[in-house]
Amino acid sequence: MDWVPAISRWIHLLAGVMWIGLLYYFNFVNVAAAKAAAADGTAAGISKHVMPRALFWFRWAAVVTWLAGAALLGRHFLDAFFFLNKAYYPIGIGAWLGTIMLINVWGLIWPNQKKILGMVPASDEEKNKGRRVAFLASRTNTMLSIPMLYFMAAGAHTALYFG
Amino acid sequence: MMKYWLDSLWGTVISGLILTVILHNIVSYALGG
Repeated sequence: MDWVPAISRWIHLLAGVMWIGLLYYFNFVNVAAAKAAAADGTAAGISKHVMPRALFWFRWAAVVTWLAGAALLGRHFLDAFFFLNKAYYPIGIGAWLGTIMLINVWGLIWPNQKKILGMVPASDEEKNKGRRVAFLASRTNTMLSIPMLYFMAAGAHTALYFG
Repeated sequence: MMKYWLDSLWGTVISGLILTVILHNIVSYALGG
């Protein structure tokens, strides 16, 4: 058994399930739940107890997923990211989509969630703007996750998808 | 507030599916399929 790719693939899947699972929780469950909770005055519990924990696992699972994916590509990392080898075109697209999503998590979602949740000082105007930016970045990641997962599957089964 | 297709869950999912088809066709063409 070749341990590095075997363990990397396993960790990539484990962390990826956690990352995308929490992303889908935010988008398919929490957006509507937070809206309903704000309407009946019970949103504080979600903001105080759920979101910080969910965001912790979400953002670090994203990092572990990306690193395990990079380890899995190994010496073919550049083949995938710079489309140097046709066999790596499908996983290259998946890798780029995942990378854009990781940048969205750390560059847009997390910094704005810190403002929204009161972890860093922010005016009401900054919080409102941050809420919109974080929401659209999260929705963008949900949209990108659909082709990303398609190309992750295709990367491991190219003949099935592109044969 | 201006509404985008990403404000709707269905808009998000459908745009993801459309993007998948577009990217599939680009990669398929690039691979000579």
